[in-house]
Amino acid sequence: MLMNLFKFKGGVKPPTNKTQSLGKPIAQAPIPSRLVVPLHQSIGGTPRPVVQAGDKVLKGQLIGEADGWISAAVHAPTSGTVVEVAMHVQPHPSGLDALCVVIEPDGKDEWIPREPVNYKALTPEQVRERLQQAGVVGLGGAVFPTHGKLTASKTVPMEEMVINGAECEPFITCDDLLMRERAEEVVRGIGIFRDLLQPKRVLIGIEDNKPEAAAAMRAAVQAVGENFEVIPVPTLYPAGGAKQLIRVLTGKEVPAAKRSTDLGVQCFNVATAYTAWRAITHGEPVVSRLVTVTGNVHEPRNYEVLIGTPMDELLKLATPHPDTDGIIMGGPMMGFLVPQPDVPVVKATNCLIAHSDRLFPPKAPEMPCIRCGSCAQACPHELQPFEMYWFSRAKNFGKTQEYHIFDCIECGCCSFVCPSRIPLVQYFRFAKSEIWAREREKNAADQAKERFEFKQLREEREKAEKAEKLAKAAAAQAAKKAAEAAAAAAAGDTAATSPQAADAPAIDAEKAARQAAIQAAMERAKAQREAAQPKNTDNLTPDQQQAAAEIEARRAAARLAVPEAPANEKSE
Amino acid sequence: MFAPAPFLLKDTSVSQVMTQVCIALVPGIAAYAWLVGPAILVQLVIASLAALLAEAAMLRLRKKPLALFLSDGSAIVTAWLIALTFPPLAPWWLVATGTIFAIIVAKHLYGGLGQNPFNPAMVAFGVCIVSFPALMSQWPSVGLQLPLVDQVNVILGLAPRIDALSSATPLDALKTALKLDEGAFDVTHLLANQDIYGNFAGRGWEWVAVGYLLGGLWMWQRKLITWHVPVAFTGALVAVSGALWLYNPAHFASPLFHLLSGGAMLGAFFIATDPVSGCTTPRGKLIFGAGAGLLAYIIRVFGGYPDGVAFAVLLMNLCAPVIDLLTQPRIFGMKDAGKGGKA
Ligand code: SF4
Ligand code: SF4
Repeated sequence: MLMNLFKFKGGVKPPTNKTQSLGKPIAQAPIPSRLVVPLHQSIGGTPRPVVQAGDKVLKGQLIGEADGWISAAVHAPTSGTVVEVAMHVQPHPSGLDALCVVIEPDGKDEWIPREPVNYKALTPEQVRERLQQAGVVGLGGAVFPTHGKLTASKTVPMEEMVINGAECEPFITCDDLLMRERAEEVVRGIGIFRDLLQPKRVLIGIEDNKPEAAAAMRAAVQAVGENFEVIPVPTLYPAGGAKQLIRVLTGKEVPAAKRSTDLGVQCFNVATAYTAWRAITHGEPVVSRLVTVTGNVHEPRNYEVLIGTPMDELLKLATPHPDTDGIIMGGPMMGFLVPQPDVPVVKATNCLIAHSDRLFPPKAPEMPCIRCGSCAQACPHELQPFEMYWFSRAKNFGKTQEYHIFDCIECGCCSFVCPSRIPLVQYFRFAKSEIWAREREKNAADQAKERFEFKQLREEREKAEKAEKLAKAAAAQAAKKAAEAAAAAAAGDTAATSPQAADAPAIDAEKAARQAAIQAAMERAKAQREAAQPKNTDNLTPDQQQAAAEIEARRAAARLAVPEAPANEKSE
Repeated sequence: MFAPAPFLLKDTSVSQVMTQVCIALVPGIAAYAWLVGPAILVQLVIASLAALLAEAAMLRLRKKPLALFLSDGSAIVTAWLIALTFPPLAPWWLVATGTIFAIIVAKHLYGGLGQNPFNPAMVAFGVCIVSFPALMSQWPSVGLQLPLVDQVNVILGLAPRIDALSSATPLDALKTALKLDEGAFDVTHLLANQDIYGNFAGRGWEWVAVGYLLGGLWMWQRKLITWHVPVAFTGALVAVSGALWLYNPAHFASPLFHLLSGGAMLGAFFIATDPVSGCTTPRGKLIFGAGAGLLAYIIRVFGGYPDGVAFAVLLMNLCAPVIDLLTQPRIFGMKDAGKGGKA
């Protein structure tokens, strides 16, 4: 297939370390002794728990109800008994707690009644709703609720839908194996997305170090009878970043301030497509995911793992070497050491890497920046990391913003190449969280100021109104009779067609019947407009909601309470 | 434990970078030792020792980890550049003083590694040529007939600095002629009549310059430097010397002569490319390189010093921060996206 590919600047080629975990097919991880299922597993609102201690649950039963449009439901990963709904440490660098449903499995793994449906019989709204109810979120690491990305923009036509099978991070192979073993379901899932968004083209990008996956996907596309294009992209980290992959496949560059839909592109991960297919046509909510278990272990492998499985139990399956001293969740470029070994596998967990000093030697001491510029040459967003570093260090955060710190996707390319071994990304995270914290403080202060001023204003106004009332009382009394007569005449011909007219704001006594009639007509017109376009904010402004939710998510990330913001950017 | 991603790091370090710079200097040094005089090797040792001593003393004073910073190799690079830019038979104390001044004042007083606004080696050169103009202008005649022992004796001050040791460089000869403006002098003729003149430029020196060129290309291939500064530097030098040469070939030497004379090649690949004191943005590097090349030409042809590279680089060092500020590159997603970059 001849296709013009584009390049993004920078990027690095770390050793891929993928073959270790590719030797064996996907295995089913056994049901663990206990499942700890966090309620907040996606960007957006935290689902409300709908079970309590002592409840019996079935596999796939709803345990957390989506809170708002940008939020996704959470389900029991297997059948058993709810032991508690309580705070537990999260798989997040902050080590903070969050509300979790703890389930003791009964070992039967008994499903709720699943209703397979033909999604073509559903309206787009119904499909989106089902995806939300099934807890389908971006599995590339961003965990953005998928249904929130599936409303076609009214203004910008959808040109390309980019499907991310690049999997550029070293060590991780779960998408690779998914495409090799379950390509058809992935392709069918992509079909659902395609039907909802109606893009002109569907481009499936796969790094060229995965020829088997690409071949499997191509075969599946043909078998299903689709016209999706499977495109090998050069292996170059971070080619699997959503923005980089969009650039490579379409030539479009999505700036930090915009979303890809503004440019007529939307991007989904292959695993997301797979779960969407299972959710819609098999009625199976997302209760498990593929996880690569690798690193300092005897038998690296990919497992299908129940959400909520304690990571140390999962790691045991691969028999870690005795010198293992930590678990990295995610890849070695953007992942993090989990705060304690028994934190649960969540929807964002694509890979566990057993950490040891042998595998990842301790970093050499940090030296001063020699301005060699290697970081700038490696940065896929064409930033000047050493300048941002300099100003982050000096806590001159305004300057870091001038150097576009919020365009940084924290891919780690700069840290990777820095000869001075400066942990640049850490400095950028620090700067970003400081900026967010300050903004919050400022907002809080502004609000307090506003509240205070408003209170003063209200008191003054109330005083004035009181005086006015007294003075006007007499005059109003006199005017009232005349006004009533006029209004009655006007309402006579409007009330019948427009009930709102009756609710029209009280008419000032001085205003004449003519004005009342105009007002009523305007109300009527407005009512008609509203009738023509049902006041469904869910459908009207998903983009705005998504924007708001993402901003909120970033702020939350600053508080280190949900998966970090950079994950947003990575392979949604 | 706070997440220190990325866990994978490229196998690189400051000392690796500096070592590679030193390796890149080897072809030039070899040509120097072979064709001009092995005394340069002695000077390299003297400068290195002085640099390490000064570095160690300053690290002590500043309470920095001694082993870590001493082994970073940056002092050695500075020392070698000083040795290579000073006259090969300069007295040992001159080389040592220059080096110590570079390390203590130009480097550590400004904050040490990575903080110096001026290239330390060029500061040393500038200070010494202003303070000891005579000694800094004694360039030995080619091939230096003295055996190594005698050369070392001269350097160590054990033998008298006889006048015969030094002579004018081709650059000097040209400048003197131009200054006197003897009416009808002819560059080609003038140079051909000097036994210090080789095929393209100073005899022997031209091959040293070629050695630097090779080392520089190797650094570029290893991505230690980008093409911007060397191309802009040599480009500007060729442009201005070429223009004047075309205008009056009798008065002005050819671009090739200028490229292979004095510190042009060393400057283009090893000095103007110093990232700490130079520019870092691509366009900034172009401006920096072109400015340095242009100034080097003006100073070496019309100025009062034997060569212009040192002062040209120092002047551009002054401008570097402003140039960087004004040449910030576009970032991913900015307006003129899509132009170029097609694979
Ligand atoms: S790579 Fe490191 S040493 Fe080089 S400029 Fe960037 S931060 Fe400085
Ligand atoms: S982490 Fe940020 S600054 Fe560093 S290379 Fe990636 S995008 Fe650029």
